[in-house]
Amino acid sequence: MAKYLILIYESEQVWENASEEQWQAAMAEHERFTLQVPEQGGKILGGEALQPTSAATTVRGDMVTDGPFVETKEALGAYYVVEARDLDHAIALAKLCPAGAGGVELRPIMEVDG
Amino acid sequence: MLAATVRVTGDLDLAEECVQDAYVIALDAWLRDGVPDNPGAWLTTTARRRALDGRRRERTLRAKLPLLVEPEESTVEDIIDDRLRLLFTCCHPALAREAQVALTLRLVCGLTTAEIAHAFLISEATMAARITRAKKKIAAARIAYRAPAPEELPDRLDAVLTVVHLLYTTGHTAPAGDRLVRVDLVEKAFDLARMLRTLMPDEREVRGLLALLLLTDARRATRTATDGRLLLLAEQDRGQWDRTAIAEGAALVPGALRGGAGRFALQAAIAALHAEAPTYEDTDWRQIVGLYDVLLTVWTSPVVALNRAVAVSMADGPTAALATIEALDADGRLAGYRYLPATRADLLRRLGRHTEAAAEYRQALELTDNVAERGSLRRRLDEVSR
Repeated sequence: MAKYLILIYESEQVWENASEEQWQAAMAEHERFTLQVPEQGGKILGGEALQPTSAATTVRGDMVTDGPFVETKEALGAYYVVEARDLDHAIALAKLCPAGAGGVELRPIMEVDG
Repeated sequence: MLAATVRVTGDLDLAEECVQDAYVIALDAWLRDGVPDNPGAWLTTTARRRALDGRRRERTLRAKLPLLVEPEESTVEDIIDDRLRLLFTCCHPALAREAQVALTLRLVCGLTTAEIAHAFLISEATMAARITRAKKKIAAARIAYRAPAPEELPDRLDAVLTVVHLLYTTGHTAPAGDRLVRVDLVEKAFDLARMLRTLMPDEREVRGLLALLLLTDARRATRTATDGRLLLLAEQDRGQWDRTAIAEGAALVPGALRGGAGRFALQAAIAALHAEAPTYEDTDWRQIVGLYDVLLTVWTSPVVALNRAVAVSMADGPTAALATIEALDADGRLAGYRYLPATRADLLRRLGRHTEAAAEYRQALELTDNVAERGSLRRRLDEVSR
């Protein structure tokens, strides 16, 4: 098994004006995802939703600036750390991951010995 | 590496298999342990070890054969499966198309990095970096070494077909050297195309690709003059074309075209019109232009546009085609592509604009290392320089 980071990128605007029902629906989708992963032979090792990039602070050396490291139209909004057999398995899990109108990026996690 | 292994096996075919095995072992081991510092040496050592194992096994086998009901040898199916597995791994959708093609040519077909770089019109250093990057991604992202599941197959097929076709065209006109055709590459492309046809008999584009290869290759013997110079389609002795190959290829075309034709099927249809025409002039150029128009809707490639321009020049005259060529030149994507100045030169020559044609022939010569192609271009250059 190998570890992958699933980065969920979505338009933040959608969530700025989201209704209570939309939040509930999203929560239900994520709950379903956390059940689907083990059913598919994978494992969720962790994951969180993030505050929007308007709350981000970038620190580069001594320079501290307001905002995200890179400005993008669709911003990183949440992540999961999952365990999968290989990339095809991880892609299959990523396809189940809720991301609204956005999408997810899959990053293999580097295995460090010792 | 192949040579090193041949020394052990004394047999090129067996050595190729051992090299193949080494790549397979490499993919597994590198997925597990990462790519070694010197992958080339690693592979050679593994391939030679495989060869030695094989020889030992063969000796044991010969001694014990009467005792064995089923000798433990890999079957033809195993080898075919292995090839396909490697092919589909190299063409995995998580790799960029460019990387898929490069990796397949390197790992499955054993082309050198320089040869692949030439086929893609980029520098050897860039190609080496591309291949290294792709190998690292396979290892780091853990791309599995296996053929796709049946439902994934169609999606992953186009990349594989592209690679097989590119392998053929690289062999068909070797970019460098004193022979126009590298028979080994052409044959490898055919092997792969036929294998895919056996495995996926219902795939129209597989049929289209095999038809295209057959119809193109039917002209192989007539593509060079006795002095090794390249002969263009118009100059070839049509009586020498391989009618058996043409018949086999043409028979595949209708089935390949049925219901929303893909790019290989359309190219095969164009090749069939050429193959069945009595002369270059008496070719159905109008229909060929029409097929190129459809082809451009499914495959917007500047190379297709260039080929269409040649067909237009035959249907409507060189002046009409020249406008397309100017637009393609301005577009810039074909910068460094030797067939652009060569085509423009031919159109200018046909219009009697010899000074301009000569300049274009010279430019094409500068971009061509293939001796057979250079012979053809030089002869044209002499013609317009008189």
